Amino acid sequence: MKKSNFIVWVVAMFLAISWGSLAWSAETVETTYQRFCVQCHGTLGNGQGINQTAEALAVEPRNHADPKRMSKLTDQDIKLAITDGGAAVNKSPLMPAFGKTLSTPEIDELVAYLRQLCSCQYSEAAASEPEDDHEDNPEDKHGDENERSD
Amino acid sequence: MRMHKYIHALTWTLLLLTGGTNQALAADGAAIVAQKCVSCHNVTGPAPATFKAMLELKAPDLFYAGSKFKKEWLVEWLQHPTLIRPSGVMFLNNIVVEDGRNRIKRDAVKPCPASLAPEEATAVADYLMTLTDATMKVGVISPKEKLRRSKATTLFTKRYPCNGCHTVKIRHREAGGVSGPDLREAGRRLNPDWIYAQIEDPQHWNPMTWMPTSPMSKKDRVLLTLFIAAME
Repeated sequence: MKKSNFIVWVVAMFLAISWGSLAWSAETVETTYQRFCVQCHGTLGNGQGINQTAEALAVEPRNHADPKRMSKLTDQDIKLAITDGGAAVNKSPLMPAFGKTLSTPEIDELVAYLRQLCSCQYSEAAASEPEDDHEDNPEDKHGDENERSD
Repeated sequence: MRMHKYIHALTWTLLLLTGGTNQALAADGAAIVAQKCVSCHNVTGPAPATFKAMLELKAPDLFYAGSKFKKEWLVEWLQHPTLIRPSGVMFLNNIVVEDGRNRIKRDAVKPCPASLAPEEATAVADYLMTLTDATMKVGVISPKEKLRRSKATTLFTKRYPCNGCHTVKIRHREAGGVSGPDLREAGRRLNPDWIYAQIEDPQHWNPMTWMPTSPMSKKDRVLLTLFIAAME
């Protein structure tokens, strides 16, 4: 084998091995969603995660697969809700803030992933339609009780 | 004066004997853990660093058990283990979909099968208490700190959505999520300094945890810690 061919072969092997280990260790947007979102939003993204079906949540989590409701939200709305939590967008505080846990690129990827789940984009027409139910309403049905002092 | 010397010598003898006994128990405990626990529990670290490793985790990590737990609780629990994580150590492994709704598979999650004899439990607890995280700040939560329960309840249930994932008992009512550990008896189980450290930086203990680091003041973190530590 010529010396130059040998060097090319060594470099190629090095790149293949490096890429393999990178792909193995790197988390994808799907795994980020599974780890942080599925517990409430569900494996189908429909808001029926284990914490919801255990009746732990006073407010039903957003159905990420619902194009009608998801198209009311701008990408910036979604990003703000993930970064600073539901309260930051006048929705339920049960949605935690992930801005200190996930990086900005990871949050951007999640926004794009949610657009895939709903197969939708923001629509001004959809946003101007009135809300048709109380999903995501910031009012907690246990609110009065929670506020009551001992 | 002579009496004083005797008392001094007796005190040291007792101390040495007690210390020696504890060390011997811890050594016994290490052997029991090696025999009965390490097939599921990690006692050496590090925590899982990838999603795949997290999915493969069989039981909670114990390599910082001495920072996390209270010894008295360990001794009791090791003899009569109960379920602490209602969805298992990694909830994703135990989910089924029924009519579009996620549920935890029936009978998929069981308590630790180890049920130790009292002397074994003491020995294992002694050993586990030696497994500490040297970086954890100790003495952060003073016994003198006052719990303002009403304010803490609001923080726990509304400001920071802890009850979305953790089952708790508030005002005689049990409620809360199932993706995180059950906190109903957390005060008996957990060292308050560890509770504080876990809230402050969950990823320090497990980079693959799904508990987010919530932005909050130290005052709120202390209050939440006291609130959890009071759950008995």
